[in-house]
Amino acid sequence: MSRIIVNDKTLDIDASADTPLLWVLRDHLAMTGTKYGCGMALCGACTVHVDGVAVRSCVLPLGALEGKRITTIEGLSIDRRHAVQRAWIELDVPQCGYCQSGQIMSAAALLKDHPRPSDDEIDAAMAGNICRCGTYPRIRKAIHRAAELLTQDQPP
Amino acid sequence: MRDPGRREFCRGTAFAGGGLVLAMALPAFTGRARSRAAASRAAPAMLNAWLKIGTDDSITVLVDRSEMGQGVYTALPMLLAEELEIDLARIEVVAAPVGDAYVNPLNGGQVTGTSNSIQDAWEKLRTAGAQARLMLITAAARRWRVDPAECKAANGRVTNARGASLRYGELADAASKLPVPKDVQLKPAAQFRLIGKPQARLDTPAKVDGTAQFGLDVKLPGMLYAVIALSPTLGGKAAAVDSNAAEAMPGVRRVMFTSSGVVVVADHFWQALKARGALKINWDPGPNAHLDNAAFRASLDHAAATVPALSAKMTRGDTAHALKDAAKTLSAVYELPLLAHATMEPMNCTADVRADRCELYVGTQVQQGAQAAAADAAGLKAEQVTVYTTLLGGGFGRRLEVDFIPAAVEASKALGVPVKLVWTREDDMSHDFFRPPAREEVSAGVDAHGKLVAFGLHITTPSVTARASPSTLATDPFDSVIEYAQNFPYAVANYHLSFSRQEIGIDVGYLRSVSHAPNCFAIECFLDELAAALSKDPLELRLGLLAGKPRHIAVLQEAARRSGWGRPPPGRFHGVAFMEGYTSHIAQVAEVSVAGGAVKVHKITCVIDCGQMVNPRIVESQIESGIVYGLSAALWGDITLNSGQVRETNFNTYRVLRSNEMPELDVHLMASDAAPGGIGEVAVPPVAPAVCNALFAATGKRLRRLPIAGQSLA
Repeated sequence: MSRIIVNDKTLDIDASADTPLLWVLRDHLAMTGTKYGCGMALCGACTVHVDGVAVRSCVLPLGALEGKRITTIEGLSIDRRHAVQRAWIELDVPQCGYCQSGQIMSAAALLKDHPRPSDDEIDAAMAGNICRCGTYPRIRKAIHRAAELLTQDQPP
Repeated sequence: MRDPGRREFCRGTAFAGGGLVLAMALPAFTGRARSRAAASRAAPAMLNAWLKIGTDDSITVLVDRSEMGQGVYTALPMLLAEELEIDLARIEVVAAPVGDAYVNPLNGGQVTGTSNSIQDAWEKLRTAGAQARLMLITAAARRWRVDPAECKAANGRVTNARGASLRYGELADAASKLPVPKDVQLKPAAQFRLIGKPQARLDTPAKVDGTAQFGLDVKLPGMLYAVIALSPTLGGKAAAVDSNAAEAMPGVRRVMFTSSGVVVVADHFWQALKARGALKINWDPGPNAHLDNAAFRASLDHAAATVPALSAKMTRGDTAHALKDAAKTLSAVYELPLLAHATMEPMNCTADVRADRCELYVGTQVQQGAQAAAADAAGLKAEQVTVYTTLLGGGFGRRLEVDFIPAAVEASKALGVPVKLVWTREDDMSHDFFRPPAREEVSAGVDAHGKLVAFGLHITTPSVTARASPSTLATDPFDSVIEYAQNFPYAVANYHLSFSRQEIGIDVGYLRSVSHAPNCFAIECFLDELAAALSKDPLELRLGLLAGKPRHIAVLQEAARRSGWGRPPPGRFHGVAFMEGYTSHIAQVAEVSVAGGAVKVHKITCVIDCGQMVNPRIVESQIESGIVYGLSAALWGDITLNSGQVRETNFNTYRVLRSNEMPELDVHLMASDAAPGGIGEVAVPPVAPAVCNALFAATGKRLRRLPIAGQSLA
């Protein structure tokens, strides 16, 4: 039994300590927004935040997460209110959509550290997230747009 | 944890009328609270196979093509909404069940592929919308006892000349009982409200908050998880299995042989995966134990010389003679590798088999094929299998195959509970139906004035259709193999197009743009070779050979203008390619540099004329998408075999384009009132020849083989 905090809820999980967080989320908690793509931290489809940092949940064992604060796509905002989600909707980023939870979680983490990222910073932060539909140009535009939305959200 | 009961949720949003629809495709629209309300409201009236209207004014459109990113869940409802006179945003989309009404005659089945969803739906769904509108108007006119001609439909209401008004929801029941009007007048393009104008995708919201339901996300009460051990050697079989250790592992419910491999069923995916690792399987490698790339390459080379070539009907003149008489001749052989589809969502299927029925939850491009495969595996009749189509986490032709379905069905049948079988990325990549390799021999002759007088293309490749649709091959031995080459657009009096079929021992499949890509590579690279041999500008050569074809010329000229053809920035070089396919016309200019042997693609300019567009916003996305898919393949795409086993098993060895490798894209959509063409695949093929032609401009080195990586440009 492991105790983790997912989207501000403390949960006891009955799974072996080596179970990757990805499968804890998907199979034990029925939070299927986080996707399986490669199982080797190569594609980023499983990206979530652990203590505010974007990580690949497919290689993160449950046993290493005791007491850590995990945020998934389901907990990023209420009603798609996060600036990244709003920008994604405004620019119609997703195509098949399968990788987009991971893309959005990577983008949200990037903007927390770099509120006005350059193209190079975006490329560096997003290079670990593969999209086979080729939404990269829109993702880049949407991250810039999300940065604008975040600025507008800040009280002057 | 409480199980959220997704299945009840799915049922809750399904409508009683058709009974078979699954609303899980777009749960974000319905939400759980609303879906409960939906379950309790009166059954909506079904106005035709695609449209249901509820007394509460809910409007449900059943989309009969699978949503795999190409936008059918938005574009198809737009066609219907245009004539129905409703607000697009009010539509709830559900996946259509298997049904005759949903057959795409262009594909000979309920199939999503060949970039023709819009071509198929263009008249059909606008007509369905117009018929429903007329039925609603007639119902209103009867209630008011007025002439229907005095009534008008707009924004989900029918109004009459005296100012009375009724909502569609109030009329739907009466309208659904009326005869379907035969001759309906469709709006002229000038009156379109929606068609041709950028509209927000209906599936976006659910794809940004994690609620979009893909096959992998299906969860049924009591469901178990399964993984499969597939033969490492393609075409091999498990001869013996020692499953003692695996069966003793926590959560493991069953280890069983199935028709496609050894399946491990457990309470959770991770338990099943770990137990699979503990299986001791003695594999019979089967007939491919010695198959490698050198072997299939040699077999294609041999076949090119020895297998009697079939000449396509596009063949004209006497090419052999013209080549003999030509002042100058040129020939070259181009080689294309095996490619994996590599959809982001690995193959998976959830089956719930009962004594007299089977429910299948699957991301598929072939609903009837999925139904038949499940029925066969379950020992049921096709009509006893209900197919719920989920969203597809990428299709690209991979989900035209149903190979991952039977094992899930067999496991569910054996255990008597729903089973979700999930392939790992490694399973997915190494057991794909790969894009077949090809050997393409091109020859050309020019006369003393430098005029092209003969062009020959001899294609040697396996046939996908021979396996996938043998009856098609019986009537058309070429089927997809000669795509683009059959529309060879360049003026030449003698043209010879031929095909030698050579199988290579493994299953091959249709991959996004199918044979357009290899044939476009050969034709468009060879035109560049011709231009170089004649000391002509590659663009000018093409324009000269396309005289009298305004759509072809227009896309090339616009691509040249936008890219600054002939004036690339210092250190950079341009290459151009054209293609006609899916009744669309496309030109691309690649801008590259080469430094120390390293290739960098800086920019791709792309101009497309795909006829009348339904949603330009989606068209633009699809063109971007095709370019990225084509560029990944051109730079790195290569599945290689060693002793019949696939070497590339994940994204570390099968490299695909990442955001930091993304060139600048300039995509331009030409305005056109021609009939709608396809957009999902057409942008893939020109990328490789445009880039290779640019690399020739940069280095003088002609690459006649893909992928580009690993080849010397020195």
